[in-house]
Amino acid sequence: MNNLLQRLTGRGQPPSKDVARDRLKLVLIHDRTDISPAIIEQLKDEIINVISKHVDIDRDGVEIKLQQAEHENRLIADIPLIKNPRRRR
Amino acid sequence: MSGTVITVTSGKGGVGKTTATANIATALAADGAKVVCIDADIGLRNLDVVLGLENRIVYDIVHVVEGTAKLRQAMIRDKRLPHLFLIPAAQTRDKSAVAPSDMVRICDELREEFDYIMLDSPAGIERGFRNALAPSNKVLIVTNPEVSAVRDADRIIGLVESELKGPPSLIINRIKPEMVKRGDMLSIDDVLDVLAIDLIGIVPEDETILVGSNRGNPVALDEKSRAGQAFRNIARRIKGEQVPFIDLDKNDGFFARLGKLIRPGG
Repeated sequence: MNNLLQRLTGRGQPPSKDVARDRLKLVLIHDRTDISPAIIEQLKDEIINVISKHVDIDRDGVEIKLQQAEHENRLIADIPLIKNPRRRR
Repeated sequence: MSGTVITVTSGKGGVGKTTATANIATALAADGAKVVCIDADIGLRNLDVVLGLENRIVYDIVHVVEGTAKLRQAMIRDKRLPHLFLIPAAQTRDKSAVAPSDMVRICDELREEFDYIMLDSPAGIERGFRNALAPSNKVLIVTNPEVSAVRDADRIIGLVESELKGPPSLIINRIKPEMVKRGDMLSIDDVLDVLAIDLIGIVPEDETILVGSNRGNPVALDEKSRAGQAFRNIARRIKGEQVPFIDLDKNDGFFARLGKLIRPGG
């Protein structure tokens, strides 16, 4: 409640424990999977290349992220297709 | 009779493993159980001083492993509780003096006679930790409400689960209610949210812990100590009792509400 009040009145930074929790969550995602942000980027590039050989996709809209729930981790890929693609071949 | 082997571990050093081991063992023994604790931190023994038994050591666990002493000779009876024993670590050797199979063999022998065998694991994830984990039936992970300790706890949880030791339980040690209240310390909920394991104890930061270890008297025997109460509660939960979590802040009931959230019905 104090935190909420502090934020509503616009005083100071977020409580340090919120910063701690967010940093922890991020570091644990990578600890648990042993997948670094750099690997994610590389995966993303390669997935774009493979998929766009077959389907027209919106390259800029592609999102690859690690998601965690309890002790289960997932790699989520969101790949938007281009609207009403005209056949090129 | 077949006793339960409980391993107390943490990954990170200095979070209170030895204090927790000494106090939970003391509380269990004070409640009538036959308990032996083993200091698995070979080369850096400390459970003896926390229990106030450092002057009685003749033989240690390495003597037992190497056959220089019988198991019974290395068991030191507590000066307060007749059902509590300590098997000390060697101080002048290192972790390689004991193998996981040695620990399994020793614990199998102790299971015949004791209700609980408590293993105080060293920090880290190497040989000493492996020694403490090998014979375990139940793992207690001690952490503090800070980023580094919780991160290491997460790593340990992964290792314990990969050894198929069953789900470990968490002790959150050294919590300061006033810091949590002003948003400067991870709350019990925050830690549980991140680690997603069962909670077995919340221990408040308490000066009586240091006074107790100064004198070699575990606070679990001090009726007035809040940390002592927290350790007694953990001991009762180990025995299978449903015990409500300690009310860290009686003024606004914040922790009481939290306790209900964490474990309905206490």
